[in-house]
Amino acid sequence: MAASENAAVEVHPYGLQEQFDDPEQQREASSLGMWIFLVTEVMFFGGLFLGYLVYRVEYPTAFAAGSNSLLFWAGTLNTLVLIGSSLTMALAVRSSQVGRKTAMVALLAATLLLGLVFLGVKGYEWHDEYERHHVPGAAFQFHEKAPSMAGYPDPRNAQLFFFFYFVMTGLHGLHMVVGVGIVSFILYYGWKGRYTPGYHNPVEVAGLYWHFVDIVWIYLFPLLYLIDRHP
Amino acid sequence: MAAEHIVPKRTYFAIWTALLILTGITAYVSTLNLHVVSGLHDISLNAAAALLIASLKASLVVLFFMHLKYSPRLTAVVVFAAIFWLAILLTLSMADYLTRGLPALAR
Repeated sequence: MAASENAAVEVHPYGLQEQFDDPEQQREASSLGMWIFLVTEVMFFGGLFLGYLVYRVEYPTAFAAGSNSLLFWAGTLNTLVLIGSSLTMALAVRSSQVGRKTAMVALLAATLLLGLVFLGVKGYEWHDEYERHHVPGAAFQFHEKAPSMAGYPDPRNAQLFFFFYFVMTGLHGLHMVVGVGIVSFILYYGWKGRYTPGYHNPVEVAGLYWHFVDIVWIYLFPLLYLIDRHP
Repeated sequence: MAAEHIVPKRTYFAIWTALLILTGITAYVSTLNLHVVSGLHDISLNAAAALLIASLKASLVVLFFMHLKYSPRLTAVVVFAAIFWLAILLTLSMADYLTRGLPALAR
């Protein structure tokens, strides 16, 4: 901030927009902007989580049966994949901070790849559920029960579980697609040499978004796959 | 320009390892029947255990991967606001829905 006391700015740091005093202020402002966007995302997903909880309380048998019909191995695998992608993303941001361009590009490519693996597994799951007639609609069928529940649920209530399942994982998947787009953008311009230790805000901000999408999955995984598995 | 806090690589790997271990624990715990019997009620603790572990994992991601631990206090205020408003949404709504089946008290 000390440099701003001079009336004329002789040295203009690379990437610094004119409304900011120095790169640090710019970096903090851009990160704060992304955090505030993420707060709105918390409220966005929060409404769905609330709806899921309310109907799970209302129809416990149907929600437990629906939850048990999901592919547990796929949900767990995707959790591990996303945690791995968060590690590569955090290390990519670190590489951009210390100016290791090659490492940053490689780590962003690894993040991108893991993001695509996640979407691939998710696509496999959705296809599996489609084949089992678990997609809500005219062709919906459900004849399963949960180990923890005595009876078979009304299929109409189980359909409600799958509405929530497809909307929540679909919205999360949409965020993953956007994340893959953002990482591709950062990867391309990172490879072109746009980011330096003094100006790497886009990498940092992309990282914040990526980790947030990981956190949404960290909550979706237990709520959809785990809490009704017990006998 | 003030120096930016560079988190050592081993911290990131330690957090990643912790996240993997917590994922293993939550997957294992989901196969146990956790419940407490209180009077006439048999209360399942599986959901509480799963959400507790999820919150632990989310905290690690926010504090270290998202650098909240090394960020200005203003960022912490913003994160706190998000959690606080979400808590209002969930607790006040559930306080309503969970107590609708108490007709004896309503009369």
